[in-house]
Amino acid sequence: MAAVASKYKELQDLGVEIFSISVDSHFVHKMWQDNELSKMVEGGVPFPMLSDGPGNIGRIYGVYNETEGVEMRGRFLIDPDGVIQAFEVMTPPVGRNVSELIRQVQAFQHVRKTNGEEAAPSGWQPGKPTLKPGPDLVGKVWEAWKVEEAF
Amino acid sequence: MKPLKVGCGKPTGSKVGKPQKEETERKETEKNKGATMTAIKVGDKAPDFEAPAYQGGNFGQIKLSDYLGKWVVLCFYPGDFTFV
Repeated sequence: MAAVASKYKELQDLGVEIFSISVDSHFVHKMWQDNELSKMVEGGVPFPMLSDGPGNIGRIYGVYNETEGVEMRGRFLIDPDGVIQAFEVMTPPVGRNVSELIRQVQAFQHVRKTNGEEAAPSGWQPGKPTLKPGPDLVGKVWEAWKVEEAF
Repeated sequence: MKPLKVGCGKPTGSKVGKPQKEETERKETEKNKGATMTAIKVGDKAPDFEAPAYQGGNFGQIKLSDYLGKWVVLCFYPGDFTFV
């Protein structure tokens, strides 16, 4: 969570609101913030930390583990229309990659800006070539896009 | 963030507009099913919910649908004070 907090400014500049959610109470969130997070990143976590004690929200989003009573690492990217554009769910021992989240936000925002006329190929980052899907592109992606662009 | 009255109880989050009864019934039928219980799909509307929250020294209440018109990232995680 500290990693997301450290990139909060960048995400805000992209117009993204962040909400973290766990089964801990909002009181425990305060204690975590005061005693640990604020020591990991200046000012601590700046975004709202939500509490989902009984797992009601996690259950709807398919990330609540009934046996363990906790929520898996689930990251959902929701567009301005309230539509889920991307999600990633991981078991607890491996953390997420905030840079990949930012990359996906930029790619989805670019696609949205072009009304879907452009698509962001593998590994796309701002400045890299996009693809314009249409009859002329069928069978021609090998000409329009090189695999090296993915990295 | 709407203000949240801080009392001795422990308020919790829930889906917006869902009768409590239905939620309980679902809980019964979906017990012991592991982590993937709802077939949420990309391209679906994000289910609305409301939950108590802590932010910058204040307690409040967050409703997802209040943020329509903005990009939103939800980050679920196993728990405060866990290690990763």
